[in-house]
Amino acid sequence: MAGKIFAVLVVLVTLATAYCVIAHVWWMPIDISLHGPKIDQQLEETMWVAGLLFIAGQIVLAAFVFLYGGAKSRTKQIPGGAKYLVIFAFAIVGLEVLGLSVVGSKAWGAVYFEAPDPNSLHIDVQAGQFAYYFRYPGPDGTFGALHPELISEANQNYFGLDIDHDADAKDDIVTAEIAIPVNKPILLTLHSKDVGHSFDVRELRVQQDFVPGLVIPIHFTATQTGRFEIVCTQLCGLGHYNMKAYLNVLSQADYEEWLKKQAAMQ
Amino acid sequence: MAETTAHAAVHHAPPQGFIRKYIFSIDHKVIGIQYTTLSLVAAFIGMVLSWAMRIHLAWPNAHIPILGWLSPNGAPGGVMTPEYYLSLMTMHGTIMAFFVLTAAPMAGYGNFMLPIQVGAADMAFPRLNMASFWVTFIGFLLACATFFIPDGPPLSGWTAYAPLSAVGSVAGPGQGWGQNLWGLSIALFCVASLLGSLNFIVTTLDLRTKGMKLSRMALSTWAWFINAWVSLLAFAVLLPTCLLLVLDRLAGTSFFIPGGLVFNDQLQPHSGGSPLLFQHLFWFFGHPEVYIIILPAFGIVSHIMPTFIRKPLVGGWKVITFAEIAVGTLSFVVWGHHMFVSGMSPYMAMVFSVPTLFITIPSVIAVLVWVFSLYGANIRFDTPLLYSLGFISLFITGGIGGFFLAQPSTDSYLHATSFVVGHFHFTMGLSAIFATFAGFYYWFPKMFGRMLNEKLGKLHFWLSFIGVYCVFITMQLTGMTGAVRRYSALVDDFMVPLLPAYRFMTIAALLLGAAQLIFLYNAIWSRFKGPKAPDNPWGATTLEWDTTSPPPFDNFGGRQLIVYHGPMQYDGEKSEMQTSPAPSIAGT
Repeated sequence: MAGKIFAVLVVLVTLATAYCVIAHVWWMPIDISLHGPKIDQQLEETMWVAGLLFIAGQIVLAAFVFLYGGAKSRTKQIPGGAKYLVIFAFAIVGLEVLGLSVVGSKAWGAVYFEAPDPNSLHIDVQAGQFAYYFRYPGPDGTFGALHPELISEANQNYFGLDIDHDADAKDDIVTAEIAIPVNKPILLTLHSKDVGHSFDVRELRVQQDFVPGLVIPIHFTATQTGRFEIVCTQLCGLGHYNMKAYLNVLSQADYEEWLKKQAAMQ
Repeated sequence: MAETTAHAAVHHAPPQGFIRKYIFSIDHKVIGIQYTTLSLVAAFIGMVLSWAMRIHLAWPNAHIPILGWLSPNGAPGGVMTPEYYLSLMTMHGTIMAFFVLTAAPMAGYGNFMLPIQVGAADMAFPRLNMASFWVTFIGFLLACATFFIPDGPPLSGWTAYAPLSAVGSVAGPGQGWGQNLWGLSIALFCVASLLGSLNFIVTTLDLRTKGMKLSRMALSTWAWFINAWVSLLAFAVLLPTCLLLVLDRLAGTSFFIPGGLVFNDQLQPHSGGSPLLFQHLFWFFGHPEVYIIILPAFGIVSHIMPTFIRKPLVGGWKVITFAEIAVGTLSFVVWGHHMFVSGMSPYMAMVFSVPTLFITIPSVIAVLVWVFSLYGANIRFDTPLLYSLGFISLFITGGIGGFFLAQPSTDSYLHATSFVVGHFHFTMGLSAIFATFAGFYYWFPKMFGRMLNEKLGKLHFWLSFIGVYCVFITMQLTGMTGAVRRYSALVDDFMVPLLPAYRFMTIAALLLGAAQLIFLYNAIWSRFKGPKAPDNPWGATTLEWDTTSPPPFDNFGGRQLIVYHGPMQYDGEKSEMQTSPAPSIAGT
């Protein structure tokens, strides 16, 4: 009896899980980046491979438990013994993981092994407890140097710019939200002023940690306009859950207008 | 190595007096029970912490009076602050990962059973063994002490990433003495684990009784032996890591803290350290750690199953043991899969991704061995077997999530989501807990000489099995939305709609917790009032069932055991003890 209950429970759990996945009860949001479809496709393929193994594993477990309860005088082993099991693991699972490795490295490589487009729009991002700040280079196209000792929330000098002595820094535009033009390659350089943080935009399929002491570049191209949440996914202290900003993907014209407005507010 | 012969003599005298017998005991059986009890206490503390967290997530303004009493700052009026949520989360992970999952199935059962299963009178170094437990105990007290200091427990997670964990209280609340105590607590745990591992290795190699070849060892002993090697190498790295972290905090060093950090507009005096170094060191320990947790579970389940399915595992001792050795070995070259989005070189991601995917192969072999051993069996559905079957189901479910997290491209979306939290609760959390329960129901009669109540055991299993799936499959699947872990409240626009799912998980978690009270009642009641256990209640074959329940202080009452064959002599109703000279069953 216990075996049959167990088998039924396992089958129910398997079906419920499969339903949630197939019906997309909880699923990824829309994909708005040029590289995103590669990641989504890889996830989809992995879901097939892993999902079939999941269903097969649970169903075979349930079936054997269902069938072989109760006392018989003699027992028997599966024909062929462990040989076929080991062959199956190496051949089928081995091939699957080899396939995933190869295809997966292509998806990863297409995003992370490529150099950013030389015409990318470069935006500098600084994370700190518990806010993001963004910096555009201004008309001169050059970022001013950073001086951590000058960082002052009180004086709204979030990046530590030396505006008085540094001509490059003078026209830098610092903002609390980030706006980018649609279909334009973007290069972000991420740095943190205090602890680890993360830059996660689900719709972009981009997640990258900020590491204090390092400047980490990431690049992407957004293909749809809209307003998307940037959330921190690296535990950074008491305000971690509330650390967020917005990414505005605008048309080129809207972007230029927005930037002009921001420059005027500096 | 050839088996040794002249060691069965008792190498320490029977203990005299209450303190030497039950407190500062050098008897491996008492130490095993001490570890198991410590883990049980720790498990209930860890579980209560998770209740508080889940209640807060589902009902952010809920009053939890006991929290207000425990920490007037952390939960003023009983309502949890965001930082206190993180502190409870940190301590939940720390207590569960170290003091429950690492301690119970290895140090708890291993201490009690390993010497008996190899036919020895005690561990090779009984005093070192006692030291292991008491060092662990002090470590546990230090961890618990963080709840009672003004600044409260640390909030940087069980992974304690620097520099949040390293710079001190400038980084905010929860970064004062709580983090120092945490570092020292885990350092002590490392010391204890290193001593324990040495003891397990030497005992297995040197104290086997006559005829106990390596190929004849109980499968649980094999897993503890393999695991001792993995522990020895992994904790040897975590120990200095914790000490360097404490030095960064107290001695002004900068191992993990780079220059130019600014807190509250103040430039910090540190320079030259590397936060990524901390992550590498932590995960060099941390990934083997999840196998340190699960390998004893492999062993316990492999040991228990043949008794209740009345036949040997398919492939005998070799296939499952070599799978365990492969898993243990590969566990040291996969740590970087925790760091795909960390800023580590993207080329390194490939180096870590491929072995992570390939560790699936020995894991799948182990699962296939368990599942296909059920073919043609005479399954007896006693509680230890139900928990073993539950383990297999949970481990399959957990392992499947690994496919997504092993690949940098898919992990870059799922990293730090509740998908990961669901995944590891299945794979190394609840799987290991289920195997630990399997071991508890199986060995309780031997450890305490009393039988547990079978009806309550089964009820406990059904509620736990359903509860675990309700909580953790929901957790894992909601992670597909990108739901971020380690958030004390759902404030992001995309996370607000998940509230009903979070409430469902909370209610399921509370019921799952309530089911554990059945277990607690059963254990305590049966310990004193349960029916007396026979020497071999399950019809098993290994040496622990070849002595009284509980065993005498020298384990076999001065008998010198001779082992004639392996542990899996089962065929239907028939079974043969390992000490039976003329086996009538063609087993392995």
